[in-house]
Amino acid sequence: MLLTYLPVLIISGFVIFIATFVFIINSIVSPKKPSSEKLSPWECGMEPIGEASSGHFKIHFFIIAILFIVFDVETLFLFPWAVVLRDIGMVAFVEMFIFIAILAVGLIYAWKKGALEWV
Amino acid sequence: MNFNIVNVIFSMPEIIVLAGACLLILLDLVLYKNQKGIIGYLSLLIILIAGAGTLILSSPSVEIFDRMFVVDGYSTFFKMIFYLSTFLAVLLSINYIKIEGVEYGEYYILMLFAMSGMMVMASSIDLLSIYVGLELMALSIYILTGFKQYNGRSNEAAMKYVILGAFSSGILLYGISLVYGLTGTTQLADIAGILKQQGNLDIGLVLAIIFLIAGFGFKVAAVPFHMWAPDVYEGAPTSITAFMSVGPKAASFAVILRVFLEALQPVSASWTTLIAILSVVTMATGSIIALSQTNIKRMLAYSSIAHAGYALLGLVAGGADGIASVMLYMLIYAFMNMGIFGTIILLRKGDFKAEDIEDYTGLAKVNRGAAFLMLIFLFSLAGIPPTAGFIGKFYIFMSLIKTGYVSLAIIAVIMSVISAYFYIRIVMLIYMKEPVREFDLARSPANSLALIIAVIGTIIIGILPAWFLEMAKSAIFPG
Repeated sequence: MLLTYLPVLIISGFVIFIATFVFIINSIVSPKKPSSEKLSPWECGMEPIGEASSGHFKIHFFIIAILFIVFDVETLFLFPWAVVLRDIGMVAFVEMFIFIAILAVGLIYAWKKGALEWV
Repeated sequence: MNFNIVNVIFSMPEIIVLAGACLLILLDLVLYKNQKGIIGYLSLLIILIAGAGTLILSSPSVEIFDRMFVVDGYSTFFKMIFYLSTFLAVLLSINYIKIEGVEYGEYYILMLFAMSGMMVMASSIDLLSIYVGLELMALSIYILTGFKQYNGRSNEAAMKYVILGAFSSGILLYGISLVYGLTGTTQLADIAGILKQQGNLDIGLVLAIIFLIAGFGFKVAAVPFHMWAPDVYEGAPTSITAFMSVGPKAASFAVILRVFLEALQPVSASWTTLIAILSVVTMATGSIIALSQTNIKRMLAYSSIAHAGYALLGLVAGGADGIASVMLYMLIYAFMNMGIFGTIILLRKGDFKAEDIEDYTGLAKVNRGAAFLMLIFLFSLAGIPPTAGFIGKFYIFMSLIKTGYVSLAIIAVIMSVISAYFYIRIVMLIYMKEPVREFDLARSPANSLALIIAVIGTIIIGILPAWFLEMAKSAIFPG
């Protein structure tokens, strides 16, 4: 019974080996020439201004990211729904519109609160 | 996949609450800043409509949504507790959030979302729908905890709560996945059936039970998963502290009773001892640490931990008596805890926070009414007859003695005596000391109505417990 899982164990061992091996090889052979440009934290390609840890960074990045997730999930549901729509019929059609309406409430709320304005 | 209109009809209360909350979000956008109280009153209306719906649909037992969701007497009883606690919490909030300067419509809407999560929890008979309800409830309450946005303590409390809460949800999910792996189903009755067939106890199942206890134990703040409670109770707005010390606790107990006494009943030998130890440690820690508190909200947090310990004893006793006694206890706890926090809210006005226990010195000399309310609710929490708190503890201890756990009942009584000290100490400060300061009450019709409901409930159940006990007994699930 347990023996049937042996390939899984072999694959996991192999993956772990490859990952550590690549890391070790990389750290041994790679050239190291640090400069101030290279060591600076990457902030969306912009020149970093001030300390990120002081709390003064744009909350808008997060709001946009959260809004993105909402619509990401919506699409995630819409694709399989569209594929099998013929089989599941009218009820599923209406149900999906209820789902989209609930998401729309969220979008309207965010819009009205000014989450989409870049200030 | 068939569509069945029965599904929609029997989940109508949940649909009403969610649809109502969505409409209120839209309404909130067009209201002016000083009109947000309207949202509060409308959410009261939604709760009443949903309550009427639940009463109309109350039936012996209807399983819907592919046996994930059930409408039965048990869920109806718990939903009534949620309606009651949310109703009282909204009434207490209407004036309070103005004083705290956080009057936003989202406040009430999030409370409605939290309540719908609890309703789903009480009606769930599948581990997955339990989890969905639990997360809906928890996420709303995380936000409500940090609602005083410019208050450092409130932010800190919300941060601690969300991180620890996410961690405990992860542990709970791991337990659920282990149960699914071992039984091949997440439906509670099916799990019980398969466990009955298996006979011998799998070591994986023991692990799963431990994870489930840890996950649910966090939600009811049972020791050793209680560390979040004092900080969160202290930091959150007082109305939210009242709400989350009653609603989510009752919802979690509704789920705990179903999961342990229905799904895991065939292996009860493996978890009864564990729960018994947990409840004794919970009672002891809650009662003893509460002795040294100086902040009344922190003290009530430890008192709430101790009360969770008493309620867990009902789970140890099990059977019809055990379930009914926990249900009754949760109802009584809703009345008395709402009442005591309501009185604290009543005293909160201007710069006076009414959070230090010393602040209450000599209240009786200045305001007899508020002092008397404190007296009744504190006596009830301590479990002194003829208040409801006594009845709640009495039936739990009775069910323990009937099932043969006499030593546990004795320990519980001793802990109850210890906890009486810190409740009565406040009564002593109120009644036997000279006042050191002026008291000014933040009276409003909504506040008064909430306190009247709470005090009537506390006294009526204390004097006439039989009717309420019969109601709870007739509503238990076939465990």
